Amino acid sequence: MTASFGPSVTRRLIIKGAAVVALVGFGHKLLGPWPALAAANDKYPEDAFKQKGAPDAIKALYGRDHEASDKVKLDAPEIAENGGVVPISVTTTLPDVTSISFIVSENPSALAASYKIPPGTVPAVANRLKMAKTSNVIVLVEAGGKLYSATKEVKVTVGGCGG
Amino acid sequence: MASSIRVRAILNGDTTDVQTLIQHPMDTGLVKDAKGEVIPAHYIQQLSFEHNGKAVFLADWGTAVSKDPYVKFAFKGAAKGDELKVSWVDNQGATDSLTAKIQ
Repeated sequence: MTASFGPSVTRRLIIKGAAVVALVGFGHKLLGPWPALAAANDKYPEDAFKQKGAPDAIKALYGRDHEASDKVKLDAPEIAENGGVVPISVTTTLPDVTSISFIVSENPSALAASYKIPPGTVPAVANRLKMAKTSNVIVLVEAGGKLYSATKEVKVTVGGCGG
Repeated sequence: MASSIRVRAILNGDTTDVQTLIQHPMDTGLVKDAKGEVIPAHYIQQLSFEHNGKAVFLADWGTAVSKDPYVKFAFKGAAKGDELKVSWVDNQGATDSLTAKIQ
């Protein structure tokens, strides 16, 4: 390719190539080791957290319908003595789980928490959520590209939003 | 300065069980103080756990996560002595992180 163009062009080409390699190399160093998930997936779902009701929150977060599944086991108390700290957990036998989220229907913003489950992580989460009042708790499990759910009503005697 | 993060990561067979407790007010922005002024929202938005530079668990939190949040999860593929890095960032831009050894 360069034989017929003479030494100066060749030199320019080599320098150009070296510059490109340096840039790519440098760029890599700047950005650090790539996390397993693509950058787009790490974005905070601001919009979903702003939604008032469960359907809007689910739509904003996942954009698809969910079906109840008995393979999703939602663990939450019948009655929460303290709405500020309600222990809620989920386990599932569904394969290829990529995401688990918790919705508290009657909260000022229905979406409480959303978790990303990379390959190799067990699809189970235990957390403590605030519940403003008696409400349905819905857990959503995204598995194999589909969305599954389990729902349980939790009675709250003392509300958890400070009121 | 002492970290806000407490983490316990224990290997059971091929699975590492992780429990984390973080000191954070997780204020919703809906509560008024004694003077009647709203206490501004102050809550952790993202929490991440990394093992060998790879994310093993990522949490997106809203104001409905309880004060001094606790979370428990498990993942496979780690060995005793491996490091687990826990980091969080809140809505006011504060961050904290801690690296713990898997026991």
